[in-house]
Amino acid sequence: MTPGNLLTLAALLFTIGIVGVIIRRNALVILMSVELMLNAANLTLLTFSRMRGDDGGHVLAFMVIAVAASEAAVGLAIVIHVFRHFRNINVDDVGDLKH
Amino acid sequence: MRVGSQPKLRGPGLATLAGLFALWPSLASAQAATEYVPSTSENVAFYLLAAVTLAMGLSVVLRRNPLHGALSLVVSFFSLAGIYVLLYAHLLATLQVLVYAGAIMVLFTFVIMLLNLQDRELGEARGPVAKSVAVGVMTFLAVWVIMTAQSAVVGNFLTEPTRTPTAGALPATYGGVAGVGGALFRDYLLPFELVSVLLLVAIVGAVAVAKKRI
Repeated sequence: MTPGNLLTLAALLFTIGIVGVIIRRNALVILMSVELMLNAANLTLLTFSRMRGDDGGHVLAFMVIAVAASEAAVGLAIVIHVFRHFRNINVDDVGDLKH
Repeated sequence: MRVGSQPKLRGPGLATLAGLFALWPSLASAQAATEYVPSTSENVAFYLLAAVTLAMGLSVVLRRNPLHGALSLVVSFFSLAGIYVLLYAHLLATLQVLVYAGAIMVLFTFVIMLLNLQDRELGEARGPVAKSVAVGVMTFLAVWVIMTAQSAVVGNFLTEPTRTPTAGALPATYGGVAGVGGALFRDYLLPFELVSVLLLVAIVGAVAVAKKRI
């Protein structure tokens, strides 16, 4: 349980999240991959906070959770609206703003 | 910082949750004055929880049905909460379970079930494998390089694998409600107030976006 192991775990989680955002076409899965990335950031914050013995990292992680909640709420509201209009949440098919 | 005994778990809620993970007697023993060495049971717990987290994270990204992905993400959040407890972040572990797994993922599950996509509408799971592997490797290398660039501050964890979390004793209120709450309401009061405004904006925005007629 060295800091290296924890940071490597966070890096791997972040990588998995980014791969999910890039290769998946379902808008809901993309949003879930973003949550995965935010959790990787939280883990990094808590690891460094533990190494410094300082509570500030916990406060920032708390803010990250709050921001993730609001972003998930608004993002899901948008997905619902898009689905209502297009009957499809494949991000490749809802590119009406292009051209 | 005081050289003291192990920080005690505070609050019945925190104690219940953390007690599920902190069954090993090593967590109750006194810390050394200079460096914290995780015990074997803590290492075993970390590797188990890390394996679950990574496996469930991969499952989120690779499963075709988003509902399966959402449930995998919930399990991943629970195992991450366990890792947070190993890091003495008891309040964050509880918040992770209550807010992330208990509110955000419930919202996700509601929306997934509301959309109720049939199997034929779900489409392909993912694109070409080579592209995803390439993206994954590049991202991991980028993140790895950034982390090793921090080596001037925290020590190069690649060459010092035995360097363990925290040199020195933690404050007794570290990671609990008193510690994080004190920091939140004294040093970080402005971000706290701004986050509450942000949450209000998000609520109003979500309602405004999802309504049929504004």
